[in-house]
Amino acid sequence: MTTEATARTVPYKEKKPFDYDPYLRQGKLPHIWCAGCGHGIVLKSLLRAIDALGWKNDDISMVSGIGCSSRTPGYVDFNTMHTLHGRAFAFATGVKFANPKLNVIVTTGDGDALAIGGNHFIHAARRNMDMTILVYNNYIYGMTSGQGSPTMPEGAVSTTSRFGSIEPPFDTCELAKTAGATFVARGTAFHAQELEKTLYEALKHKGTSVVDILDSCPTYYGRFNKHKNVSEMMKSIEKDGTISVAQAAKLPPEKTEGKIVRGILHRAERLEYCDGYQNLLDRVQNK
Amino acid sequence: MSKKKIFVQGNEACIQGALYAGCRFYAGYPITPSTEVMEQMAANLPKVGGKFIQMEDEIGSIAAIVGAVAAGEKAMTGTSGPGFSLKQEIMGYAAMAEIPMVVVNVMRAGPSTGYPTGPSQADVMQAKWGSHGDSPSVVLVPSSVQELFYETIRAFNLAEKYRTPVVILFDEVIGHMREAITIPEPGEVEVIERAKPDCAPEDYKPYEVKDGKVAPLAAFGTGYRYHITGLYHAEDGFPTADQQYIHDTNMRLVNKIEDNKADICENEELFLEDAETVVFAYGVSAKSAKFAVKELRAAGIKAGLLRPKTIWPFPSDAVEKISKTAKKIIVPEMNLGQIHGEVERYAAGRCEVQGIFRVDTEPIHPKQIMNAVLGVPVEPTVIPDVVDFTARG
Repeated sequence: MTTEATARTVPYKEKKPFDYDPYLRQGKLPHIWCAGCGHGIVLKSLLRAIDALGWKNDDISMVSGIGCSSRTPGYVDFNTMHTLHGRAFAFATGVKFANPKLNVIVTTGDGDALAIGGNHFIHAARRNMDMTILVYNNYIYGMTSGQGSPTMPEGAVSTTSRFGSIEPPFDTCELAKTAGATFVARGTAFHAQELEKTLYEALKHKGTSVVDILDSCPTYYGRFNKHKNVSEMMKSIEKDGTISVAQAAKLPPEKTEGKIVRGILHRAERLEYCDGYQNLLDRVQNK
Repeated sequence: MSKKKIFVQGNEACIQGALYAGCRFYAGYPITPSTEVMEQMAANLPKVGGKFIQMEDEIGSIAAIVGAVAAGEKAMTGTSGPGFSLKQEIMGYAAMAEIPMVVVNVMRAGPSTGYPTGPSQADVMQAKWGSHGDSPSVVLVPSSVQELFYETIRAFNLAEKYRTPVVILFDEVIGHMREAITIPEPGEVEVIERAKPDCAPEDYKPYEVKDGKVAPLAAFGTGYRYHITGLYHAEDGFPTADQQYIHDTNMRLVNKIEDNKADICENEELFLEDAETVVFAYGVSAKSAKFAVKELRAAGIKAGLLRPKTIWPFPSDAVEKISKTAKKIIVPEMNLGQIHGEVERYAAGRCEVQGIFRVDTEPIHPKQIMNAVLGVPVEPTVIPDVVDFTARG
């Protein structure tokens, strides 16, 4: 899974205390997410990364599909669009292609991105249009009360796999990389500071960036799969279940087996779609 | 673009109309018999600096144009029957989010894959009711290549004026038929540009209604940060659970179209003053109907034509009016009576309403319409050899 042996040095200045207010729509809070849900941690990491980049709210468009994670755009003071289940990538493609100056971010979930939106996801990755895709991956459909998703591990219990899932899961990062995404990374809601740095790099990358973010749904996934509480769940899945790219590079293969690798997993330079289209326009119009 | 005569297919006339109206974004997916709409956009948009993208599927295509409209473009997508079915969820989204855009459906014979290269008019009800929920529908049904050019401009204008998706519904015959058309000079035909908010960004409410009109849709990236959702939303665009507001919003969405029928509906009327039998026909069937009505008049028979260019909202007033003077209305259509039922509804028993329903992928022949007017029994799939103008059924 790891293609980049060492973690990059991130030029990054941490500010303390961080002021989230300029990025949030205060009137729309509190959010709908359950206590113990990791989505808020992901959002905070994202906002700190945006702040580090110095992006202006006016220049950011956040597009989402349907699900808990897709409620994110409602809370942030950007140009936001809450669309339809699975379709966020295609809506975002329209926004970015129409106005390439906008910094486009897609917030989506595992079901939204990889089940109903799977086709749009792989084609977004293939086109390499400049956008950053955050897959809040909690293995389950939370909004509809706990059905199994395409990233759910084999054997896991959900309302639609009561006796344990018999399906193999997708690896979001492998799928994105194979489909052509030029920046692929993984983070977790447990490693919030690391996630912030990963998101900083993802946002900065020109092309399609996919960040798979292991996240926790204690309300459904945790309850169905015998996780005692939120912290135990985050520790067992996100902390103990994962290792960093740097750690993985130091260990022999047998020691990394079964572990999910965090960090920047793939980076490639390829012509960005809107730049490619501009080249085409120049060619056609200067004929 | 300057005034010129070109000899083109309907599908190309459509994109020429779109370009004239300022459409600079097209997303599509190949499907017969509308593919030339996409191909011509691919060939022409780059020349005018516009954006063309072939998407991964029909759903992605219509999603992309919604995104492009949010980013400030005039945008269009095109498809045919099965693709139109796939697009329906986002038709509803666009109606709900009040996204001005144009969707072309070049009808082919269904159901299902049906007969891809044959015409039909069987998507008229889908164009009205295809998406879940009660949503507003503006659907134009041009019946010639030149008219398709003008109606495409009108589609963009209506979309902007009412902040709503507009469908242009034609069929394989109009789409593939070649006619000489005139492209007017720029400025010769009115083009409505998207209204921009004139308030300060902090005062902007994207769904505020003033004097019955919804606020202009600001383009993303212009300082007016706001939220778009398919959920019922308040004036500021954010979800609401206020039941009265939900009721009022659904009523407003539908009524912003229904209450403006006088502006949106356009009909061609021929010999209606003294017509005893009126043919109510649209699209390709209206071509045959017009020919038939003229032939009948030449033979001294009091036939007339009512041809709607807008099928939704339905021209109920026009139907009501002729039902009071005519003895009979004949509705020829290439489906099993989808609009016939609407005509019956508004004729309300005041006169007889008879349909000619042809679904064998062959356009309805003028002789079939003439016989129907004359009272001679009509077989849907049989073109009569002769028409006996002395017949009275």
